[in-house]
Amino acid sequence: MRKQIALGGLALGFAISAAVAAPQTPLKDPLQSGNWSYSQEHVLDNPKNIRFDDRVIVKAPPSAEDSFNVPVLVDATALPNVKRIVLLVDYGPIPKILTYWPDQAEAKLSLRFKIDQATPVRAAVETHAGTWHVGSTYVDAAGGGCSAPAHAYASNDWEEKLGQVNGMVWPKSGRVRMVVDHPMDTGLADGIPVFIIKRLQVDDDTGKKLATIEMYEPVNEDPAFTLYFPKNQLKGSVRVHGRDNNGNEIDAVLRARLTQ
Amino acid sequence: MKLTRRSALAGLGAALLVGRPKATFAASPKSYDLTPKQVGDGVWMIEGSTEYFTDENGGAIVNCALLQTDEGILIIDTGPSLRYGTALRQVASQLTGRGIAGAVNTHHHPDHFFGNQVFSDRPIHALAQTTALAKSEGEAFSDNMYRLLGDWMRGTEVVPPTAPLESSVLTVGNRSLQVLPLAGHTGADLALLDQKTGTLIAGDLVFYNRAPTTPHADLERWRQSLDEIAALKPAAVLPGHGPLDHAGKAVQQTRDYLNWLETTLTDAANEGLDMVEIMETKLPQAYAAMGAMPQEFHRSVSHLFPTIERKVMPLVNR
Repeated sequence: MRKQIALGGLALGFAISAAVAAPQTPLKDPLQSGNWSYSQEHVLDNPKNIRFDDRVIVKAPPSAEDSFNVPVLVDATALPNVKRIVLLVDYGPIPKILTYWPDQAEAKLSLRFKIDQATPVRAAVETHAGTWHVGSTYVDAAGGGCSAPAHAYASNDWEEKLGQVNGMVWPKSGRVRMVVDHPMDTGLADGIPVFIIKRLQVDDDTGKKLATIEMYEPVNEDPAFTLYFPKNQLKGSVRVHGRDNNGNEIDAVLRARLTQ
Repeated sequence: MKLTRRSALAGLGAALLVGRPKATFAASPKSYDLTPKQVGDGVWMIEGSTEYFTDENGGAIVNCALLQTDEGILIIDTGPSLRYGTALRQVASQLTGRGIAGAVNTHHHPDHFFGNQVFSDRPIHALAQTTALAKSEGEAFSDNMYRLLGDWMRGTEVVPPTAPLESSVLTVGNRSLQVLPLAGHTGADLALLDQKTGTLIAGDLVFYNRAPTTPHADLERWRQSLDEIAALKPAAVLPGHGPLDHAGKAVQQTRDYLNWLETTLTDAANEGLDMVEIMETKLPQAYAAMGAMPQEFHRSVSHLFPTIERKVMPLVNR
């Protein structure tokens, strides 16, 4: 009898230690979310040099008006030497939203994403020195944005519009903005497989790479981005190109308005 | 069984009662205090808060009109919940002692028709398109209202209107109302002009000192509707939200705000701004002072900007 109890205790102890297997650098989450340590360990691959940092600003409305299109702005320009920005949520069927490699651009990006429930939204920023800096905000939501079919299928011309890009460049203020028509199917709606843009690269007019956006399922239908550059650095046009997971190509040249 | 938020809550309540038989689970301090204010001969108004939905106001943010007829009171818009509808029926019944003749829904937004349950033994008039929209979108509204208002919503079910308005005049007993089948705030917006007093019951085509809401707005169509309302030169306008207006200011204020909103969002698209940046726009003093600001401006950015920016930025595929 005593042996059984001891064994039971051992099994329980093991289960607990497995469930709370801590990341190698435990952090105190300012939002006190129960899922942050999981994100840190499994979504960000458990980096050693990581901390919460007020220099990483994540802005979003406190409550999502439209679960399919939650706007968010990440600004890590106060950090030097940024290599990539990983945007993720603590709660949602697919935690990773996007990775941005700013390269020649500023470490700042605006986008929209689909939200499935109320959750902390994090930007984890890696510097070229290999340190991670995390900023957060909290978004309340009615949810359902990840598991519903794309709106596009309500109209019958979505296939013609696939990959269409509306966009412009503002050299003076250093902005590039684009909206790319794509269903961005998460694979979580019944009978609709994953169908997403994987990657978009932005080049200058000489073909030199300026920045790269790597997308995951939670990016909104018809992804919309503003990229930021130092003022007056951009020339007249940029090229945006990439492809989705079915091999459809996206290729567009964004220009400044002549009267700017 | 399809598990809805309500059935889940009901199940939770039952479980608590079983586990703790003496629990006073049903006791609730939340009640609506509805006071009809007479604004014309046989016309009363119940004026809602100009805030957004909160746990404090229980969703009582809407204006209801009560019209005296010799067949009883005709109620224009029934409020956000079963509990509101019950309180509304009670105060309406006490007004003239002739009971309730029927109800009207100006449009399909939940704060205007979720009290319908209480009036299902009477005709509930609305434009046919409003009934169709209430049927297709009502349950989604309901989920959101339960999320926002919790216990205030207890027992509320979606009851779409039952009596389609097809003629140009709605006559109930000795009172006649001109039927104006308009649109723009939603796909179908009813305004009613009381022939006796010249009071225009505008539904949400007109807001006054409360920020207009735009989740289903067509701004161009909305402005046309405002033109039609202004052309009638009503003696008074009873807006969907905000105080009664005798001076013709409410229609103009609504139009000015919609124009400002469209211009602001178009200018932002022309500068390459993103939605979060636009939400940081400093509101002009006149609009910052409106009820439910800046929340409604933030919501409108979400509703309207994606369409506007596509019109502004050219197609640029190679």
